[in-house]
Amino acid sequence: MSSAEEPESLYAAREPIFPKRVSGKFRTMKWWIMAVTLGIYYITPWIRWDRGPNLPDQAVLVDLANRRFYFFIIEIWPHEFYFVAGLLIMAGLGLFLFTSAMGRVWCGYACPQTVWTDLFILVERWIEGDRNNRLRIHRAPWSLKKFRLRMTKWITWMLIALATGGAWVFYFTDAPTLLRDLVTLNAHPIAYTTMAILTATTFAFGGIAREQMCIYACPWPRIQAAMMDEDTLTVGYRDWRGEPRGKHRKAEGADQLGDCIDCNACVNVCPMGIDIRNGQQLECITCALCIDACDDIMAKIGKPRGLVDYMALSDENLERAGETGRKPWQHILRPRTMLYTALWSAVGIGLTAALFLRSDIEMTVAPVRNPTFVTLSGGEIRNTYEVRLLNKYGEARRFDLSIASEVPLGLRLEGEDSTSVTVPADSTYLQRVYVVGEAGGAAAEGDRTALRLWVEDPTSQERAYKDTIFNGKASR
Amino acid sequence: MSKKPEEKQEVETTGHSWDGIEEYNNPLPRWWLWTFYATIVWGILYTIAYPAWPLINGATPGLLGFSTRAEVAQDIADFKERNSGLDEQLASADLTTLAENEELYRYAVSGGAAVFRTWCAQCHGSGAAGAEGYPNLLDNDWLWGGTIEDIQLTIAHGIRNENDLDARYSEMPAFGEILSDEEINSVVNYVMSLSGEPEDATLVAAGETVYLDNCAACHMDDGSGDIYQGAPNLANGIWLYGGDVDTIRETITYSRYGVMPNWTDRLSEAQIAAVATYVHQLGGGE
Repeated sequence: MSSAEEPESLYAAREPIFPKRVSGKFRTMKWWIMAVTLGIYYITPWIRWDRGPNLPDQAVLVDLANRRFYFFIIEIWPHEFYFVAGLLIMAGLGLFLFTSAMGRVWCGYACPQTVWTDLFILVERWIEGDRNNRLRIHRAPWSLKKFRLRMTKWITWMLIALATGGAWVFYFTDAPTLLRDLVTLNAHPIAYTTMAILTATTFAFGGIAREQMCIYACPWPRIQAAMMDEDTLTVGYRDWRGEPRGKHRKAEGADQLGDCIDCNACVNVCPMGIDIRNGQQLECITCALCIDACDDIMAKIGKPRGLVDYMALSDENLERAGETGRKPWQHILRPRTMLYTALWSAVGIGLTAALFLRSDIEMTVAPVRNPTFVTLSGGEIRNTYEVRLLNKYGEARRFDLSIASEVPLGLRLEGEDSTSVTVPADSTYLQRVYVVGEAGGAAAEGDRTALRLWVEDPTSQERAYKDTIFNGKASR
Repeated sequence: MSKKPEEKQEVETTGHSWDGIEEYNNPLPRWWLWTFYATIVWGILYTIAYPAWPLINGATPGLLGFSTRAEVAQDIADFKERNSGLDEQLASADLTTLAENEELYRYAVSGGAAVFRTWCAQCHGSGAAGAEGYPNLLDNDWLWGGTIEDIQLTIAHGIRNENDLDARYSEMPAFGEILSDEEINSVVNYVMSLSGEPEDATLVAAGETVYLDNCAACHMDDGSGDIYQGAPNLANGIWLYGGDVDTIRETITYSRYGVMPNWTDRLSEAQIAAVATYVHQLGGGE
């Protein structure tokens, strides 16, 4: 600190961004994606799905209280959580695939931060007008008009945020019941707290923080940067075509200039507040709005589209040499993306197979080892097992138990006269099971005898088994 | 950061110098200092509000009356309160048909398991397998009867318990004072023969007479015992104290006098019903 110069401040205030309205094919696609993703988010909890009298009729429900997850025909119990782990692996591989093929396409089109920010900017534009109006209002001193516009905007944002936080809680309990409880102020405090937090974060992230979330808070840009290579399609500027840029007035020697007329259309529409002509940069979420903006200008000045365009780094050398770049699919189809696709599909196929092959009845067998065996009055040796029977049906089912072993063993169930037990709908049932080896028999006198416990649902003919051990006298 | 360098130069250093690198003696940041003072104030207020200063017989209780013991007591009281309905039902329930009431039965088994592990496991073992002199509750051999009502009565009043007139009571004489050594030796062999244990055949015939004269009144002619007198079944494979020659001779010579406390004084009616239900469903219940 002995330097005489004043140290530069490490803090820079945020420059507010007022993206201009743009239209074009990418903008249209983004509107559609916004409509579909928001539609899915808001509507999903309200879809009904009949599962019979004992189970909830909500198509998608994360029932934390009863530890069940329902997704249309699929019902997941806590011990099947590996499905969720598998889905997360697929999401990870999917991210690798899309990023290596098309860069930050997730950020630009599908990320909730982008979608909600887009929605909030849309609202802002409706209320305060397009870029120039918003800039003017931003710079104007506080007045009644500014106050009215700001309040209208903030209240609309708040309502959207409330609907966002509100939709979230419907995924965790019966939506119509919860809505009634919420309105009549009878819902659980956790529901209100969750809504309040999500409302606040939606408002703050979508309305105020916006691009700062992507630049400062989000780890994805850093991770995704590592996934990209020279064949990754990303938004770029053809500086060999556009430079030197200039206003194209004849007097200034327009024939010396490139196609870029330095109109700043690409800069004005950018929600991240960057200039794509400076090349790839961390802030760019590849939303492609600058492509739409530039194409529009190019059409007006009679030049071919694509001064700003999706392209791959490997195209640059070709194009500089006067050749045409390769087609998008030629970039996308390469060993790396195919490997990701193969891995992604393998996990997906594995999960789907596991999902449809899994049985609707299940059993766990825990041998009671305190004591390992009991001698009965007739000299028989008895082992006890705590058997948990899982009935995933929406109705009570009778389960028949039987054993298979090389030596004869008897089977008895605590509290039951037969070897059948009725398990209530959608639940786990603990049953004490006794296996008896006759006095002097091989199992009773022997050490450890392997046995297989079978459970069968006589209605559906489904069977499941567990292998366990019978302890005889010699095991002592 | 906006301070001018000249001002910074005025800050004195700590006087330390390492390879020419000196350390400014800057004052603490204001926010840090105030936070520090706030923690001191907080600490003082905390020791007033909460239990803090150790004294000879405990600690200062604190103005808020916070106590983890009281919280546990409150939790226990809350659970009791919540279960009181079930407890009332259980205390007056007919245990023989309890299994028909699924909820109450499951409550009794779970609650009984807890009672068992607290009060019964010391003698009978946490798995109810018993030990020498302490009956195994898992098997189907019962000294005083294995129906749920028998078990309930035994738990409530105990065995050979002189504080409770309703206790199970019986006493086997010490035959060492009544029979000669040869007679005892022969009856030991006879008793072993009842359950098919290896024995000396010549002594069995003599032992039968001794048995019928002295033992059959309680243990029955065939050795099947009598649950009304707590006389063990001698004809099966289960021995409370041991089935070898020496142990049986000791049992006959000196007798046995196993006791069990009555639990009416310590457990509620519902708890006794619960633990009886639990024991009954361990595999030996009749």
